[in-house]
Amino acid sequence: MKTRLLIEITLSLLSARMRQTVVAAVGVTFGITMFITLLSFMNGLNNLLDGLITNRTPHIRIFRDIAPAKNQPVNLSETYGNTYNFIQSVRASNGRQEVYNANKIISLLREDNRVLGVSEKVATQVFFNTGTLDITGFMNGIDIEAEMKFYRFSDYVTAGNPMDLKYTRNSIILGKPLADKLLAKIGDVVQVTTAQGERFPLKVVGYYQSGLSDFDKTQSFANVATVQTILGKPASYITDIEVKLRDINTAPLLSKEFARQFDTDTEDIQTANAQFETGTSVRNIISYAVGITLLIVAGFGIYNILNMMIFEKMDTIAILKATGFAGADVKKIFMLISLGIGIAGCIAGLLLGNILSHIIDHLPFETAALPTVKTFPVDFNPLYYIIAVAFSLITTYFAGWFPARKASRVDPVVIIRGK
Amino acid sequence: MESIILQAKDISKSFRDPVLMPVLHHISFEIKKGEFTSIIGKSGCGKSTLLYVLSTMDTDYTGELYIGGQLMTGKSDKALAHIRNEKIGFVFQFHYLLNEFSVLKNVMLPALRLNKYTEKEITEKAMRWLENLGIEDLAHKKANQVSGGQKQRVAIARALINDPAIIMGDEPTGNLDKKNSRIVFDTFQQLSEEFNQTLLIVTHDTDFASSTKRIIEMEDGRVISH
Repeated sequence: MKTRLLIEITLSLLSARMRQTVVAAVGVTFGITMFITLLSFMNGLNNLLDGLITNRTPHIRIFRDIAPAKNQPVNLSETYGNTYNFIQSVRASNGRQEVYNANKIISLLREDNRVLGVSEKVATQVFFNTGTLDITGFMNGIDIEAEMKFYRFSDYVTAGNPMDLKYTRNSIILGKPLADKLLAKIGDVVQVTTAQGERFPLKVVGYYQSGLSDFDKTQSFANVATVQTILGKPASYITDIEVKLRDINTAPLLSKEFARQFDTDTEDIQTANAQFETGTSVRNIISYAVGITLLIVAGFGIYNILNMMIFEKMDTIAILKATGFAGADVKKIFMLISLGIGIAGCIAGLLLGNILSHIIDHLPFETAALPTVKTFPVDFNPLYYIIAVAFSLITTYFAGWFPARKASRVDPVVIIRGK
Repeated sequence: MESIILQAKDISKSFRDPVLMPVLHHISFEIKKGEFTSIIGKSGCGKSTLLYVLSTMDTDYTGELYIGGQLMTGKSDKALAHIRNEKIGFVFQFHYLLNEFSVLKNVMLPALRLNKYTEKEITEKAMRWLENLGIEDLAHKKANQVSGGQKQRVAIARALINDPAIIMGDEPTGNLDKKNSRIVFDTFQQLSEEFNQTLLIVTHDTDFASSTKRIIEMEDGRVISH
């Protein structure tokens, strides 16, 4: 009953100044709308750009780096092992590039329940021959089924069927810009020369386009067995083992563990792509800052309007106090006014923000760099809506608190006698 | 029957702004149940100031104030608001109805605040008072759509809604023409006689005052006769 009475008085005061109330609420609505739209859009873009890297980068890559031996032979000898040895002109040795015991490692990793998927890869440098020209490029022997399953390989194949790599002997998928250079259409045969001078004809079955043009200019993909054949290596020759984990955040830790366990080199995704995390967090900070500024400005709007309302409603406040409403009751009424404006504006803002996000989500956005993206990316994360609601309630609470306190301190005697 | 409703003991008050200026000097008197009292005096003699001290709205004074035997001096804002709500009805010179509400709602507000009866009972009671004062047909009009004399009667109905121990009026006829002044006075008279209602009215209208049972006369912040 008591609360109902306060709400009734609040609504009467609000409806008496309908236009100002609406203006104040629209301020909040605008703030919330822009906050949600901005964050959804910004994070949609962030996820898209990060996805360019994270979707097709293994969480951990196991390989053998070209590096000088960590334990030089002299340190291993019984005679000199305990002395301090100065070795000059250390060079990387002419070691093999394949991962030792690759098949054993792969079967061990497949049994590890922290690991989502494992795929092997043979990477090598080749020359693509067109007329009298040799174009330098890379050829990746991949396990096409695993790539499609774990790294969305098919998203980036813009023409042709990626599964043809498996079903067609001696086939190749070329990066789109590379194919353009070679004037190779699907179904054509391109000549590939290895560093050792062996020359092979391979049939083009598709184009690959990642969104990073420089990368696409040099890349090509073939079956693992095809690349092993070209290189004249046995089936155990694997240069990279790519691991996808269940939890990406465990990558740095597991990476070290695998390096120790398999006595080889590893690299985790966070180390390989640190710059993307930086970019993401900076963009996030900017969009939160802008969004919160909008809400604070809306808070000032409410503050102003409440202050004005208190000046206009001095008589009402005085009479309420004279007839038995305590200062605390008056304060509650004005807090309710502020929160009422805030909540009404907030609900409208949530709806409008969602609608605007959907509109952006349907705007066409076509770029050669991102073949799979047709419209602007928007991230519909409920978290942004929760943050927006929390912030609007906090700002309207404080915007209401100061005028409400002022109203609660109005001295009825001064008002009533002042006439 | 002769119980004391209101008692002022040695009440003094000074305005501090711009210089210390005493306005009330050691005022002591009491008002018994059912008395219809008026306070008269020249402009600036402190009669309104005294009324607001007695009303508990002004707490900046020395001395002691008792309402219904309870000490008011030194009580919290909240406790005083509750006492005003329950025990005191106000009628001001300017009618001070809430324009956002209907006449009926204006009358009901203090009772809704008190929250002692259900809304239905309060509505019935408010309608009864409006009928008694002859303005029941105004009940559903907005407060700003009724005339000055009518507003003052609405204010009286509002003052009565919680069956207060005392009704206080600050120049309730000061802003009304003769005819309406008469109606308001007759209303007070009727309340005093029919309902044994205690009334304390500040006025500078000597005609009004001379018709009341008791007159407290003030001059320069002192009670000179009561």
